[in-house]
Amino acid sequence: MSLVALPLLQQFVLVLAALVLFSSFVLLSQARLVSAIHAFAWQGGLVAAVTTVVAVAGDSTHLYFSALLTFMLKAVLIPWMLHRLIRRLELERHVELLRWYAMVNMVAVALVIFSYWLVLPMVHEELAFTRNIVAISLAVVLIGLWMMVVRQQAVAQVLGFMSMENGLFLAAVSATYGMPLVVELGVAFDVLVAMVLFGVFFFQIRESIDSLDVDRLNRLTETVEETDAETGAGSRPMMVKSAVAEGE
Amino acid sequence: MDHLLSVAAAVAAVLQAVLYAAAAPLLVGWIRKVKARLQNRRGPSVLQPYRDLRKLLGKEVRVAHTASPLFRAAPYVVFAATWLAAATVPLFAVDLPTTAVADLIVLVGLLALARFFLALAGMDVGTAFGGMGSSREMLVSTLAEPAMLMAVFTLAMTAHSTNLAGVIDFQLTSDFALRPSFLFALAGLVLVALAETGRIPVDNPATHLELTMIHEAMLLEYSGRHLALMEWAAQIKLVLYGALIANIFFPWGIAQSLAPSALGIAIAAVIAKLMLLGAALAVGETVLAKMRLFRAPAFLNLALLLALLGLLSHVILEVGA
Amino acid sequence: MNMSAALSLVALSVVLALASSAVSLAAARMSTVVRLLAMPLFALAGLSALAGGLIAVLLGDAVTTTLPLGLPWLPWRIRLDALSGFFLALIGVVSFAVGVYGPAYVRGLEKGRDSLVALGGFSGLFLTGMLAVVLADDAFLFMVAWELMSLASYFLVAFQHDNAANRRAAFLYLLMAHVGGLAILLGYGVLASFGDGFAFDAMRAASLSPGWASVAFVLAFVGFGMKAGLVPLHAWLPEAHPVAPSHISALMSGVMLKVAVYGFVRVVFDLIGEVQWQWGVAVLAVGSLSALFGVLAAMMQRDLKRLLAYSSVENLGIIFIGLGLALLFLGTGYPLPGVLAFIAALYHALNHALFKGLLFLGAGAILHSSHEHDLEQMGGLLRRMPWTGFLFLVGCLSIASLPPFNGFVSEWLTFQAALQTWQLDSGVLRSLIPIVAAVLALTGALVAATFVKVYGVAFLGQARSRHVRRARPVPHGMRAGQGILATLCLVLGIMPVWVIGAINAIPEQLLGTGLPHSATEGWLSLNLVAANGASYSAPLVAVLLGLCIALAFWALRRGAVRRVRRCDAWDCGFAPPNARMQYTATAFAQPIRRVFGHLFLVEEALVPRSDGSHRHQLTIGDRSWGLLYQPIARWVEAATRRVIRLQSGNVRVYLGWTLATLVVLLWIIS
Repeated sequence: MSLVALPLLQQFVLVLAALVLFSSFVLLSQARLVSAIHAFAWQGGLVAAVTTVVAVAGDSTHLYFSALLTFMLKAVLIPWMLHRLIRRLELERHVELLRWYAMVNMVAVALVIFSYWLVLPMVHEELAFTRNIVAISLAVVLIGLWMMVVRQQAVAQVLGFMSMENGLFLAAVSATYGMPLVVELGVAFDVLVAMVLFGVFFFQIRESIDSLDVDRLNRLTETVEETDAETGAGSRPMMVKSAVAEGE
Repeated sequence: MDHLLSVAAAVAAVLQAVLYAAAAPLLVGWIRKVKARLQNRRGPSVLQPYRDLRKLLGKEVRVAHTASPLFRAAPYVVFAATWLAAATVPLFAVDLPTTAVADLIVLVGLLALARFFLALAGMDVGTAFGGMGSSREMLVSTLAEPAMLMAVFTLAMTAHSTNLAGVIDFQLTSDFALRPSFLFALAGLVLVALAETGRIPVDNPATHLELTMIHEAMLLEYSGRHLALMEWAAQIKLVLYGALIANIFFPWGIAQSLAPSALGIAIAAVIAKLMLLGAALAVGETVLAKMRLFRAPAFLNLALLLALLGLLSHVILEVGA
Repeated sequence: MNMSAALSLVALSVVLALASSAVSLAAARMSTVVRLLAMPLFALAGLSALAGGLIAVLLGDAVTTTLPLGLPWLPWRIRLDALSGFFLALIGVVSFAVGVYGPAYVRGLEKGRDSLVALGGFSGLFLTGMLAVVLADDAFLFMVAWELMSLASYFLVAFQHDNAANRRAAFLYLLMAHVGGLAILLGYGVLASFGDGFAFDAMRAASLSPGWASVAFVLAFVGFGMKAGLVPLHAWLPEAHPVAPSHISALMSGVMLKVAVYGFVRVVFDLIGEVQWQWGVAVLAVGSLSALFGVLAAMMQRDLKRLLAYSSVENLGIIFIGLGLALLFLGTGYPLPGVLAFIAALYHALNHALFKGLLFLGAGAILHSSHEHDLEQMGGLLRRMPWTGFLFLVGCLSIASLPPFNGFVSEWLTFQAALQTWQLDSGVLRSLIPIVAAVLALTGALVAATFVKVYGVAFLGQARSRHVRRARPVPHGMRAGQGILATLCLVLGIMPVWVIGAINAIPEQLLGTGLPHSATEGWLSLNLVAANGASYSAPLVAVLLGLCIALAFWALRRGAVRRVRRCDAWDCGFAPPNARMQYTATAFAQPIRRVFGHLFLVEEALVPRSDGSHRHQLTIGDRSWGLLYQPIARWVEAATRRVIRLQSGNVRVYLGWTLATLVVLLWIIS
């Protein structure tokens, strides 16, 4: 497959998909929560743009609709809700110390190559376009999960989760011209409900452990003896810092 | 190598080199002017950098007691290496013998040579400021050089050549295609160019007495014609990066033959492109603030990441198989 | 000139090396003999090896002969072909420079308590061992020569054995050399069992199953990689190389590591023959890791020779990156890029021998005239030792791979080979190799930073201690030794086409294909692969660079004001700076330490002094000790504790064990 041989609209889809991947990396390495939410909004907007371009290319009405839905939900509504949430949780100035910054990015690059390797044998030459997009989508999903692994802050983890959903959606749109509208509506509703639940959940966590640092949840295990938990806390200077940051 | 022997091409190559040296102060003057306007100042004339150079060239040279011979040789090496590097970047015509003499990797090597001597010169007198400047310059270049090479490799992998003329020819002759890899490479190269030419947000070219300075700290002990050469080399480097970005990513208008009409169009095109880039740089420097030194690695990591993503998206999205 | 002449020259060089050794051993206590006779013989041995090797490379032919030595059923066979000729020339040129440099340097050691007789004697044996390794055509002679090389160098490392740290380094070296030797021996064992005999010809003819070939490859890679100091098997190298006398350090870093490269190439590319691309991936990974780790570790050091030793780890990494690319391309069926990468690796091996030799000789010159090896105490040496300073600068420029010096050529070739990845079929390899190229680029930039630090702190600025302030220029012999290597650094940088044209004989003989003639014709420009492809005209770049400098100099000399006035440093108008206000080596590396520091165990502390002031103390630890060596050591210790139960001290118990063993053995063979 050569790039030049593809129709212009498909080339445009490729560019947008590459930008979605880039936004995943930006999301992964944002230390400030507010910037991370912005990056997530951009990613949602880009996914919506991909959907629009696919809709134009395939001339399918329901894709226009789902593009609009995606844009409203992922680029406007959820970022707005998260914004409101962190304002109410007083986390606007929260900066997470990113350790092993370059290493985290390198793993993400490795995940991209891994997902490419994974999809390589999947389909035939003539479907290379689809396969490449699927590789990108898979990478976005894996990076989202990786973000949930490396972040300690619950809100950042939610962002990772949401960006996984973006990756899945990207794959669905570009590989099969979208799911049936009913399914899409259902997924969108699910995401929205999840968002609301996360919001409620955050307040509960904060209520009980006074922080959104998920590492503190370690203390809740019943089997661990008190002294172990204490030393566990002592070995994480990070936590002290975030507590201070929240105190401000 | 047959075009090496062509007299017209050789003349054009020399002309291009001279043009680089001659036009470099003008671009700096233009950027300063636009910046001043954006900040509601009138600003000095665009010809001011020429006047500064002339003044410096006419001044007596003062050299510290503790300086070694290397201190006095370094400005010449820095200037020559930078100038030679610039001469290998097509400014207005593609097929010049200079591009066959040195490819993109040699270009990076020549710039590294200039930087090596610049950093040594900073450490030569043995002042704290000089050492600080050299240390920081090497940090910035350590991270910027791989990013630059990665961006260059993205182009080279697409065009199957590290020859600059080859890359530009490829851009001009192949059908139009939206290449995500070029987008990333362009972004990465722009970040690298900002870092390597010592512009905001990595370094501030307009200030001297600031503890965060990098490039100027290495030049503190220079005066007279030595300082003039160093400043001139920095200006040539700026034009070099400008021409590199303009002609690789937006090659339209560049002359593919040495016909006078083509050359005329090409020179007009490159002037317009450089003016636009200069204005964009001025806008950027006006709206951005200089970063803390230890934010610079994050900035350059971003450049490296962009370049790497460029390569990956080239491999994954553009080639297939 | 024919191959037999080349072979006689090489034989002469072995004889001369042995003679140099014998003369020093016979000299007993007369150390002047070492200086006046053994060292010149050493230089002549180098020169004759260089001549023989060059002829062999240029003729591109092979000659085999059997020596009347060795075991009755396994006579020693030697073979001189293009590959061994290349490495003979490499050994020869550095040995020659060391021989020229040596007499004056050895004179500086005469005052010490250490025996110069041992130094001279083992130097000769060391050279003999290296020459014989390269010449060997059967596994038996190879292993004998290999052990001779290792043992002789062990005694050279332990030369200044009054210092406990030196003894420890030497022991570590001996230990790891033997573990590596064992792996190589096992590798030959695998090859010999398939090839019916220990002669290399038989091994070449053997057809191995892919699985066994991989076993042989892994054993060879571990064995030779250990000698070459690849990460994580590098631990001995930064300990052992710096403690030997400097001209021996030059030989060990510049040449002995290349002998390991030779062994790897001989076994993998020649004896095994059918390479697999998976090996290339492994070699690439280890090579990149070594390159990056080596240069970062070098950046953190403050001991000049230790820094240079770590830099050898990095350079060997680059060589193995080239070899890995070659394996990968050859294994996937692309001979042309494979040959390109192979030549890049060999070129870098030669370059590293030259500039690392030069830099170690320079470090020796500093040690000779100021007895200082700590960078933090140096400064301003360029004005005190201008020749050494100038030649050391050439070495720094070469190792930092800056045009128009030789390091740049090999780096350029490696990059060009890496950029041929678009030809590969596998998408994953296509995306992995550019990352290796990125590592290589990062390494190159870090090397430049490291050597700015070295040169800026040692040779520029002001002297930081009294004995450095009193340093004197070194004798002519030492300058000449450095000058030879520096000149070659420049020549190899400016005339790469000739060198590549000569090296091209090696892949033609070994792999059956060489670079196309367009790449090796003429002298002006290096054109590779495609017509519109990359080209680098080193002579023109050098000439134009010189021309630009001359032009600028001439134009400005004609200006109105030509005077240069000396004054105090300005330094933003603060008080005139003194030596203690300069940036130190540790300070210079601080920003980079901050970015990459977590790869090491960095401990910073402020130690209070008695007068109330504080001293900044910095220790850099190597993580590989905690991750690899200590677990192995603990494991071995635990195992020995089990075995120790057998040791009761009672003679009859031992006899009982003997009886039991005898019975079991008889039962097995029955």
